[in-house]
Amino acid sequence: MSSLLAFENVWLEYGDKVVLERVDLGIAERSFVSIVGPSGAGKSSFLRLVLGQEAPSRGRIRLDGKALVPECGPDRGVVFQRYSVFPHLTALRNVMFARECAGARFTARLFGAARRRAAEDAAAMLAEVGLGDSLHLYPAQLSGGMQQRLAIAQALIARPRVLLLDEPFGALDPGIRQDMHRLILRLWEEHALTVLMVTHDISEAFKLATRVLAFDKRRIDPHAPHRFGATAVYDLPLRNKLPIETPEVSISGITIDKISNNSQG
Amino acid sequence: MRWVNVRPKSRTAALLGTLPLVLALVAYLFASAVRHANNPADKVLPTLAAMIAAMRSLLVDPDPISGRIIFWADTVASLERLGLGLGICTLSALLVGMVLGVLPAARATLGAFVTTIAVIPPIALLPILFIVFGLGETAKVALIVVGIAPFLIRDLAEHVAALPPEQLIKAQTLGASGWQLALRVALPQALPRLIAGLRLSLGPAWVYLISAEAIASDVGLGYRIFLVRRYLSMDIIIPYVAWISLLAIAMDVALMQLSRRAFGWAHQANR
Repeated sequence: MSSLLAFENVWLEYGDKVVLERVDLGIAERSFVSIVGPSGAGKSSFLRLVLGQEAPSRGRIRLDGKALVPECGPDRGVVFQRYSVFPHLTALRNVMFARECAGARFTARLFGAARRRAAEDAAAMLAEVGLGDSLHLYPAQLSGGMQQRLAIAQALIARPRVLLLDEPFGALDPGIRQDMHRLILRLWEEHALTVLMVTHDISEAFKLATRVLAFDKRRIDPHAPHRFGATAVYDLPLRNKLPIETPEVSISGITIDKISNNSQG
Repeated sequence: MRWVNVRPKSRTAALLGTLPLVLALVAYLFASAVRHANNPADKVLPTLAAMIAAMRSLLVDPDPISGRIIFWADTVASLERLGLGLGICTLSALLVGMVLGVLPAARATLGAFVTTIAVIPPIALLPILFIVFGLGETAKVALIVVGIAPFLIRDLAEHVAALPPEQLIKAQTLGASGWQLALRVALPQALPRLIAGLRLSLGPAWVYLISAEAIASDVGLGYRIFLVRRYLSMDIIIPYVAWISLLAIAMDVALMQLSRRAFGWAHQANR
């Protein structure tokens, strides 16, 4: 299987504290992967590894077959739960940011025709996420859901190979969350995206994803709980995303020790 | 109704705000009148008429030696020193503060040094500044810079360093280089903070200016106050002090307006 994103025996350790151990995964192009698990099970560390905020202490991560540089780059887009947009820029300028960085290395500002083109593209992208009427508003003037729409548009215009979502809808009202689910599914199809989404909401994970990864610790040493790290204990490919209630589950090749399986948060 | 819930409307608030000022003025005029009733030659609490008369000579008659109007010469000299000092402070805060805020390695190298400089009481350095720079303009400007710049640098660096890491990561995933990150993400968000820091620094800046002028100068608002003190000339000191506070308020309001106009996004909550 040729994977867009491949984890080869990846470990993440801080001193003698093991956060992630033996992560072996391949993420296929155009898949929508949800990552669930209790707090402290390494979901966020996993995302930080993909982002390049941290380097694995052992093993390798490959994106498109090339080893991942441990520094954030434009091949990976991200939307966080909060603070993903720039408060000092209007919605339009927020979305133009990627273009301006690519087009003007020193000033990071475009002028003339290039600027008009970037603005048109940004406006089109904002219209696509439903912010066509809010081009000139600042993030503080937008609701939480609109800010997340803006953050998504801002990430998508850079055409990332992988879109990383870190609990993107966690702070939103249930109704708004349904709208956002429809939006992200539509964008995922239309833009042929590969999405990795960390979430606390299990039903959201199963509703959206083509594959659900559950992170947890496989073993726990009660005297030294930090010595065993978490990994993907369940890997559930969802053959068909609907209906949500009865996902097809396959737990192949994974042994689960029910007794010691995660007791700490 | 509880007093904590009583919120005056804007017109009432303005009226309430001027009340203490008017009361203080009335109290002064009353005290002055009482003292002059006892002793017509009183110099400690001069009447308004006496102040106007004293100031007229400084405002109308040119100085016989330099040929300049003393009041305006003092004002220009002081504002020049203050402006130059605050300008240097602003520039150094922008340069050093941004570098310290954006680059963790620079913060590790220079952070402790800037903190050390910042805890030295600037007035204690004044003799050193006079010895090193002489008694001219340089030492006075340098005192303002030594007094204000470390505060502004630390404030700006801390503000920039405290920007949400999510923003910095987001910018990098959008392709921003370190320079672009500093220029387009950190700097615009640092500027309103810098103006707020400058507004807070205006008070100390005046203190350092007047201290330096009081000790070694031949022109300036602080110099004049300390000069006429020898003659107990409250009729000049009080108008000068009022003028200084008026200048300080004008600068504060100007900076606030600048921040509101240029960085409206930072004042959304106040609208």
